Amino acid sequence: MATAAGTLAAPAVQAPSGIWAWLTTVDHKRIGTLYGVSGMVFFVVAGIEALLIRSQLAVPNGEVVDADLFNALFSMHALTMIFLGVMPLGAAFFNWLVPLMIGARDVAFPRLNALSYWIFLSGALMLNASWLLGGAPDTGWFAYAPLTENTYSTGRSMDFYTVSLIILGTSSLIASLNFIVTIINLRAPGMTMFRLPVFVWMTMIVAWLLVLSLPVLTVGLIQLYFDRNFTTNFFIPDGGGDPVLWQHIFWIFGHPEVYVLILPAMGIVSEVLPTFSRKPLFGYGAVVFAGISIAILGFAVWSHHMFTTGLGPVPRVVFSATTMTIAVPTGVKIFNWLGTLYGGSIRFTTAMYFAVGFIATFTVGGISGVMHASPPIDTQQQDTYFIVAHLHYVLFGGAIMGIFAGVYYWFPKFTGRFLSEGMGKLHFWLFFIGLNVTFFPMHFLGVSGMPRRIYTYDAGLGWETWNFVATLGAFTIAAGMAVFLWNFFRSMREEPSAPDNPWDAPTLEWATSSPPPEHDFDVVPVVRARDPVWYDRDHGIAPPEPDPHEHIHLPPPSYYPLLIGVGFTLIGIGALSHLALVALGAVVVIYGIWGWTLEPTGAEPAAGGH
Amino acid sequence: MAQAAHAAEAPHSSTGIDSRKVLMWIFLASECLFFGSLIATYLVFKGDIPLPAPGFIEAHMHDGVVTGWFPTDRVVDGVEYAGVLNIPVTSASTFVLLMSSVAMVLAVYGAQNGRLKMMKIWLLATLLLGIIFLGFQVFEFHEFGAEGLNLATNQFGASFFVLTGFHGAHVTVGVLMLGSMLLASMRRTGLGPEAGFHVETIGLYWHFVDIVWIVIFTVVYLVPA
Repeated sequence: MATAAGTLAAPAVQAPSGIWAWLTTVDHKRIGTLYGVSGMVFFVVAGIEALLIRSQLAVPNGEVVDADLFNALFSMHALTMIFLGVMPLGAAFFNWLVPLMIGARDVAFPRLNALSYWIFLSGALMLNASWLLGGAPDTGWFAYAPLTENTYSTGRSMDFYTVSLIILGTSSLIASLNFIVTIINLRAPGMTMFRLPVFVWMTMIVAWLLVLSLPVLTVGLIQLYFDRNFTTNFFIPDGGGDPVLWQHIFWIFGHPEVYVLILPAMGIVSEVLPTFSRKPLFGYGAVVFAGISIAILGFAVWSHHMFTTGLGPVPRVVFSATTMTIAVPTGVKIFNWLGTLYGGSIRFTTAMYFAVGFIATFTVGGISGVMHASPPIDTQQQDTYFIVAHLHYVLFGGAIMGIFAGVYYWFPKFTGRFLSEGMGKLHFWLFFIGLNVTFFPMHFLGVSGMPRRIYTYDAGLGWETWNFVATLGAFTIAAGMAVFLWNFFRSMREEPSAPDNPWDAPTLEWATSSPPPEHDFDVVPVVRARDPVWYDRDHGIAPPEPDPHEHIHLPPPSYYPLLIGVGFTLIGIGALSHLALVALGAVVVIYGIWGWTLEPTGAEPAAGGH
Repeated sequence: MAQAAHAAEAPHSSTGIDSRKVLMWIFLASECLFFGSLIATYLVFKGDIPLPAPGFIEAHMHDGVVTGWFPTDRVVDGVEYAGVLNIPVTSASTFVLLMSSVAMVLAVYGAQNGRLKMMKIWLLATLLLGIIFLGFQVFEFHEFGAEGLNLATNQFGASFFVLTGFHGAHVTVGVLMLGSMLLASMRRTGLGPEAGFHVETIGLYWHFVDIVWIVIFTVVYLVPA
């Protein structure tokens, strides 16, 4: 440790606080924190949008918002939750945990990592700036043509949509490339691919899904942008275009995206359950291969979003079959989680509550998913609240519950502090009860024919009771979030007290201090088994002594990622205003890349690419 | 340096392949889907180009032949249409791009074997051949525009210009990278000890863009509608 401090004494590396240190950081832990805080802020923003939607629908002929604002609210609720809430919260865990779990000192490309955050922030702010600059996107997150074309969307809202999503996609692509390379190439000695924690496997699968699906969305967004700004007719029927082509392009991205949202939560739960059951994950290989199968099948099911577009019987049968097939690897995972619990010596911490809650509610969403894998049933359920119920069981009951399991589990590692277990359990029960009260009645509403995306409804249709109940549930969830935020700020005011491994957990991130030093590990660990910390404990292997002659080289901070991020912002603003700004942005990006390339990193070659 | 002590513990790369090269390969996998989607869009509309409105026929009739609508020559309803695609010219530009890949291989060879003058000459040759290819593309776009084909004309125009335009943008990025590499190689320190690696990694990108063009040339120009 003393030696490491000796090397770290370089002032540029140490600057631990201050705004400039955060703007130029290339430390994966700080970038993880930036992603986490941004993700939580946007999660709250999207939650407020959801509360407005539920307030409007609480009673028949509600007058909280008008129809146009309602359209913008449900569109932005989805876009914000998906791209600015759940994805960056996943990225926060990837950033924080992947290097620690594989025994590395940073990601393969620390500056690229910073760049992906700044581009993300730029896209996120741009998307939300649309509220103030002529109206937010109001065509749903799927933005079906030709509703999105100039004829029907006359303002700039859909241009904000295309440009922001291309920018956000660029950010995700860069981050995904970085994580795949990190996982492939920066593993500690002995950390073979089949000793990787399941969370790391799920990170890599998510990254591959994004690498292979984002370019398809980018092409669709470019075509839509060209339709709106450069006179093409890709999706305009009157000009010979094909609106169904947009649906294909969107869902070839959109369905893998669903797994991008859920697989990180599955990875988190696969870490939390073994720790608090005090036994290794049941069927590690099966869980990993189930994840890979889900990813591969995820590219072969997109048309189940389009059963009602008249694809013909053969595609309907094929896509119905592939969709139902996905239930098999998903079921494998659920049984393996139950197998992990079975016979375990279970400790019911808050993280464990969320993880077990995840299994229950995610399974409900999974089962309703299999129901509308069947085209005749889907034809009944399409565009009804049944689908809203299904997707929220999977995304709230699945992704969000899993993410909060991770928040409670790793909070001591991230901050050195504990969240209050009492308030945590109150948070859990408010979320768990709230989500079931909100989303379960939507099944009934859907079956009784209430369409999605209507801004109000008349009395006497039999929808009053359950809509009111759902709104009560939504505010219960909000109360849960308030408890969490209170818990968070209360903990952050306390002195750090967390030991290195408070939960007696098996993975490498618990082998270093809480929070970890800037260089993560004083000695790069040697991995001897799949659950390395437990293996060393059970075999009496003491932690290695730091080598007093070792110099730890960390990449120095850099402002080039921020500069290139500004260049991307200029390109985006230019695409929405004047093309000259695009050229200026491109110049900034090229200048930034040159400076970046020539910047001395002082890093060891192990850090790889710069 | 003490770095060696560290290196003994943490290998530079678990796979033995440099991280930057792995990154480039995975990026190119992503690019396959990008161009795949553009080509798929082209194919969706390829067999389905409606006849032009009478106004277009009158406006673009030269010596009894209508230009700027169909990719290849055809006669429909007694009206003769001249295809816009000029296969001999584009064959020449395709040849130029293929030769740029040969030049790139020679530049990589020079860089990896310490023959820096050879590397610079062939980097320059690759760069110039890339610029010539782009010149052909500018010429082609200009010709098509003059014949009446633009983004709004029909689905062939839209999907053709967007597909080949984005390919051209990729060639432009490649040219910028080659130019930067060439400038950097003229510094006193040159490209440093990793010259071979840098040139090879840019070469991966360049060859990929070349291969994509071969697919585009085949699908757009050679396979009949």
